[in-house]
Amino acid sequence: MDTEHNEVLIEARGLTRRYGPTVAVSNLDLTLRKGEVLGLLGPNGAGKSTTMKMLTGNLAPSEGDIRIKGVSLREQPKLAKRHLGYLPEQPPVYPELTVDEYLGYCAGLHGIANKELAAALASAKRDCGLSDVGHRLVGNLSKGYQQRVGIAQAIIHRPPVVILDEPTVGLDPIQIREIRTLIADLGKSHSVILSSHILPEIQAVCGRVMIIARGLVVYNEPMAATQGEASVVAGFKRAPEAVYLADIEGVDGASPLGNGRFLISPRKGADPREAIARAAAQFDWGLVELHAQQRTLEEVFVELTSGDLRAAA
Amino acid sequence: MTAIFNIARTEWRRIFLSPLAWAVLAVVQFIVGFVFINLLLQYAGAAGENSDLGVSDVVAGSLYGFSTVLLLLIMPLMTMRLFAEERKTGSITLLFSAPVSLTEIVLGKFVGVLGFVAVVILLLALMPLSLAWSTHLDWGRVAAGLLGLFLLMTAFAAAGLFVSSLTREPTIAAVASFGLLLVIWLANILAYNDSVPFHQVFSYLSLIDHFESLRRGVFASADVVYYLLFSALFLWLTVLRLDIERN
Repeated sequence: MDTEHNEVLIEARGLTRRYGPTVAVSNLDLTLRKGEVLGLLGPNGAGKSTTMKMLTGNLAPSEGDIRIKGVSLREQPKLAKRHLGYLPEQPPVYPELTVDEYLGYCAGLHGIANKELAAALASAKRDCGLSDVGHRLVGNLSKGYQQRVGIAQAIIHRPPVVILDEPTVGLDPIQIREIRTLIADLGKSHSVILSSHILPEIQAVCGRVMIIARGLVVYNEPMAATQGEASVVAGFKRAPEAVYLADIEGVDGASPLGNGRFLISPRKGADPREAIARAAAQFDWGLVELHAQQRTLEEVFVELTSGDLRAAA
Repeated sequence: MTAIFNIARTEWRRIFLSPLAWAVLAVVQFIVGFVFINLLLQYAGAAGENSDLGVSDVVAGSLYGFSTVLLLLIMPLMTMRLFAEERKTGSITLLFSAPVSLTEIVLGKFVGVLGFVAVVILLLALMPLSLAWSTHLDWGRVAAGLLGLFLLMTAFAAAGLFVSSLTREPTIAAVASFGLLLVIWLANILAYNDSVPFHQVFSYLSLIDHFESLRRGVFASADVVYYLLFSALFLWLTVLRLDIERN
């Protein structure tokens, strides 16, 4: 089971894409293993879409190599693309076709034989909640449903890898929740790469996060890593000097937040709360507040990309 | 091969789902019918005066000769959307991310348009057919004329497909392919100007000069090959163009 889970589905090495003098993506490495849901995060214009276009063969990288299930996308594009399903930012639908006609066409494009077509169509529609609208024209559906048709198109041939570019953009909150549930379900049977600039979305569905800024990968960790790095906030009535706090066992450093409150960063893997409480009682600091504070994805994101945001402002 | 067929079938279906195709067919049929009746009345009025001229000359010669101008006007409208609109709406991504080659995409679209061309040819064939019960027609002559029109439209379609792959605005694609076709059509003007060096070459390159023999009922393989080469050239250019787009 473990070896199966470690199977590498997408391996991109040194991806670079230039548009004239502008470098959109620079020397990006990306690995996607079986069963992973990878979130691509970054401010607008960071290179998320460019990366996805390169991974799906819509854009040739200026440098670098992409292998999908070990097949080079450059040398054998037809074979490699067979393992991919892609939903671009704009769902690539034909408004004048019905949902059934459109999905049937997509199935044919991906080489699904005629006799398996009905089953593939039915299961894709079931997964995306489209069973009731099969006979309707795509152009008459709401944006949310068109987005589902776009996702159905990406999974109809049951590819091992599904790549979704901002799948919830322009949807209402209920539709966003539905699409998220759908993506979480997809993650059980497919490997998914999902791009977004909405943090809770990534937090809700992804197992690993990759933050791209200025075309570079600035962060690439499992979701659990962001949750593991907790810091401690402590408040005292008679606050000591910060150096006294830093001397406590398991504490790496402390910085005052004002009003007798401190942000205390623990040593790796240590939880200093008990030691702080003991020290506070011993030296009569008057402990009034003590809790662990999780470092959220948002903090990580802002920390790593704030340079961009400031530059853009 | 199945990919080409699949793309072609959907393209054909999409062409006929748009009101444009029906409007174009209606207008073509009305104008060609109008000219057809006029030519017939003229022929009937002048019966006996010029015994060399048969009814097949009227249909295959004059009528189909006139139709070429009309087809020059409508084909850019039918080819303008092929790639330009897909690029504009982003649906081109579907084809680019699917496991099909660029050649298959281009051929699929092309065959889809040829399906429309076949319908036009069928409608044009109806007119001589309507005379079949009352007179004897030279079917070989009519068939040569229709084949000529089919080849001419094939060439128009290939050039239009290429121009459509250059832009994301369907209207610009229509105007530009009309311009391109007209220029190639009119290349034969240069052929009549003796001061132009190699003026015969232009006559050979012109789109319309190769239709002349087929219109007269002469099946010359050189003319057929011209249209096929012309189409192949533009299809190849389209594949190149789409490949450049990815790089």
